Amino acid sequence: MPRVLLFIPLVLFITLSFFLWKGLSIDPRALPSALIDKPFPDFKVEALLQSERFLTKADIVGRPVLVNVWATWCPSCRQEHEQLLRMAQESKIKIIGLNYKDERQAATQWLQQLGNPYAFNIYDEAGMLGLDLGVYGAPETYLLDAQGVVRHRHIGVITEQTWLDIQLLIESLGVNK
Amino acid sequence: MVRFFVVFLVLISNAYAAIDTYEFKDKSKEHRFHDLSADMRCPKCQNQNLADSNAAIAQDLKQKIYLMLEADKTDTEIVDYMVARYGDFVLYEPRFNAQNAVLWLGPIVLLVLGLLMVIWLTRSRNKAKQDNKSIPELDAKQQQQLQDVLNKDNKV
Repeated sequence: MPRVLLFIPLVLFITLSFFLWKGLSIDPRALPSALIDKPFPDFKVEALLQSERFLTKADIVGRPVLVNVWATWCPSCRQEHEQLLRMAQESKIKIIGLNYKDERQAATQWLQQLGNPYAFNIYDEAGMLGLDLGVYGAPETYLLDAQGVVRHRHIGVITEQTWLDIQLLIESLGVNK
Repeated sequence: MVRFFVVFLVLISNAYAAIDTYEFKDKSKEHRFHDLSADMRCPKCQNQNLADSNAAIAQDLKQKIYLMLEADKTDTEIVDYMVARYGDFVLYEPRFNAQNAVLWLGPIVLLVLGLLMVIWLTRSRNKAKQDNKSIPELDAKQQQQLQDVLNKDNKV
């Protein structure tokens, strides 16, 4: 038996260790969005604050935007609200709210009390636009380019750090903050 | 023990209660609904299927499956609809694609490698045997010597 073959167990061990070590830093909750690099789904849904007004995809294309999925029943949304307000102040990018499976009155009250960082809000009461987007919880935030193509999806609370990461992506889409 | 059993039964009936809220006129559709919701994974709860999950998103997806069944969609259409939105993650039985080809084909490749290894080993062993046979036969004198040695051993 050639001596080289004696190294097979060592090589196997190193390979296995590498994959196990790599596995430690993978977040099992972070699901890749099936919609990355695909167009935002078409929709026709009421606006949250003006129930007689219908919003469509035409309202969100034309410039890069952030679409933030939120609801009053979602504690993490309250947690990221301050950050959203800061972002709305310091950046030119529009933040569009997708009010997900919520009550209109509670959501309106929330915006009055905590401040409104959104350019406008889509009132997705039944969660069907959310379903088309592949939303599985709130908060989630999507970055769309000017053509309305989904470029990035962030699951969970937006922190100072994720905002920095998102800003880099926004700059690469050609909007100065 | 009896109490434990009763609690167990109650828990089981709760788990199935989530399924039975949908009314189907057509029994075969009901059957397909159960199959589909058992084969799809809830995106929120990671290791539960839609049938067992009461998460809001799982309820929405079950509702969607129900509506699509009532609209006479085929199973493939329903599965494609879900995969287009939630990715291959929703399937408990993953489809074959470039990303997971290694997982599908790996065992077959290993099996073939193993078979080749076995063939190679038996061949080299057979060859070694044949090499042994090619040792020349003993002539009469050598046979005699061999017998002597063996006999001597027996006496001791």
